[in-house]
Amino acid sequence: MKRVYVNEDWCLGCHLCEFYCGFANSGETDMAKAYKLDRAAAPRIRVEEGDGINFAVQCRHCTDPLCVKGCIAGALSKTKDGVIEINTDKCVGCYTCVLSCPYGCIVIDPKNNGRTITKCELCTRNSAGEPACAANCPNRAIVFEERGEA
Amino acid sequence: MKYVIIGNSAAGIGAVQGIREVDIEGEILLISDEKYHTYSRPLISYYLKGAVTEDNMIYRPLDFYEKNNVKTMLGVKVTAIDAAAKTVTLDSGEIVGYDKLMYGAGSVPFVPPMDGMENVENKFSFMKLDDVKAIEKVVKQGSKVLIVGAGLIGLKAAEALEHYGADMTVIDLADRILPSILDNKGSDIMKAHIESKGVRFILQTSVKHFEPNSAELTNGETVDFDFVILAVGVRPCTSLIEAAGGSVNRGIETDNTQAVKGLSDVYAAGDCTKSYDISADTERILAILPNAFMQGNTAGKCMAGADAYYENAMPMNAIGFFGLHIITAGSYDGESYIESDGDNYKRLVTKDNRLCGFILMGNKIDRAGIYTSMVRNKTPLDSVDFDMLKVNPALMAFSRGYRDEKLAGGVCSVS
Repeated sequence: MKRVYVNEDWCLGCHLCEFYCGFANSGETDMAKAYKLDRAAAPRIRVEEGDGINFAVQCRHCTDPLCVKGCIAGALSKTKDGVIEINTDKCVGCYTCVLSCPYGCIVIDPKNNGRTITKCELCTRNSAGEPACAANCPNRAIVFEERGEA
Repeated sequence: MKYVIIGNSAAGIGAVQGIREVDIEGEILLISDEKYHTYSRPLISYYLKGAVTEDNMIYRPLDFYEKNNVKTMLGVKVTAIDAAAKTVTLDSGEIVGYDKLMYGAGSVPFVPPMDGMENVENKFSFMKLDDVKAIEKVVKQGSKVLIVGAGLIGLKAAEALEHYGADMTVIDLADRILPSILDNKGSDIMKAHIESKGVRFILQTSVKHFEPNSAELTNGETVDFDFVILAVGVRPCTSLIEAAGGSVNRGIETDNTQAVKGLSDVYAAGDCTKSYDISADTERILAILPNAFMQGNTAGKCMAGADAYYENAMPMNAIGFFGLHIITAGSYDGESYIESDGDNYKRLVTKDNRLCGFILMGNKIDRAGIYTSMVRNKTPLDSVDFDMLKVNPALMAFSRGYRDEKLAGGVCSVS
């Protein structure tokens, strides 16, 4: 399946991916308005910054996902296309997925005071069309492509 | 091939999914003594406090059985297993044959004998949907409630009942709360937090005698109540397996394919079984939902003829009470790194160049899974920047080679 990959040699640590993620999932059509009116979603991608190294990480959409297997509510599921989705009507915010994800990619959603989690769904459930983080990365460090399953 | 699955919760559902990953044709019959479509047991407290609807408690979608070609017998109890004849007997007297059997009957509340308990009309366990439906019928705004047991179940009940403004007293024989997952410091923090919500604890105490609406405690106090929640503990359901000749030592003993020791073609998974805890190198009952699903999933694959093994079990808990969250994993025997600030608490326990367990509370829980994977994979601490990791779990602290392998390739399995 196509996934989002980051080339950490090219990542500038500019955080634009986080802003575009928040905008893409805001339901707004104007980015400035989305942020100005505090309607942007919590970013589901996170930039790690270190000594001369930067990279963004988000859900890897694992083939054998521990978050889905461990979810106590049946709120996380994998679509037939391999995308791991969260049903926030079922999520009770127990954070078993936060405990389970080896990549630290489950986001405790600050927009509803942590009552649920949120996570990358590869922009399949918003109007972005394809992952906004990759489409808007100024240095093309983030790409959305097929690399094959192992 | 005919598969019979006993149990309709995480272990049984995991088995269905495991079988269907390997065998799409075999006949599956799932039997449960509960009448409901598969639902999530841990959600009962959220249902009681109105945080989730009954419709949203389903553990798998309504078309799950149909899509997986599973026949169900719900509200039916299995009364015996004959492993030689490969049959199970139902409470109707009907006898059903199987080629492979999966036993995922879970556990039942353990209620020690207490003097005068028969006098109490309104007493409830807190395990099943029917328990909270029964509580819903009697609870009123400001109800006086006595909760016997300050463990995970009793305190989840307390959290739900706060929604009704209940006047609650929690008693326990132990000297601290949540001893199964927290250390002394963590227990103290959580106890103070829950007390700040108006719940009263009386520890190192049990009930000496029940009257219909009050309990005399061993410390001499008397507590009045409208109803009682009994949450002392649980006991694995093992009797059918034991009677059939399977190996039971508190929990059902299985090998790493979940096959029951001493029996052929019988598998077991979930709260009724024992697991091998890799974080402490010891056998124990790990009555947690992710473990039940993964054991059941492994059992299903093996029943259908695949090679699958479940051998990285360990204690893991993510749970919140009255808004304060806890994430824990592994064992706490080793050297500790501690951060503590109000309700926020972090304890990382290291031993033999690896992280063997942790307790995270409050604002320390973010990205906890990075620590969990280190415990599970026994990551050598000298292969990572542990000084960085101690403060904040981050992939930055791992080697470039690790990140390239885990993040940059097409490989996305997580073992």
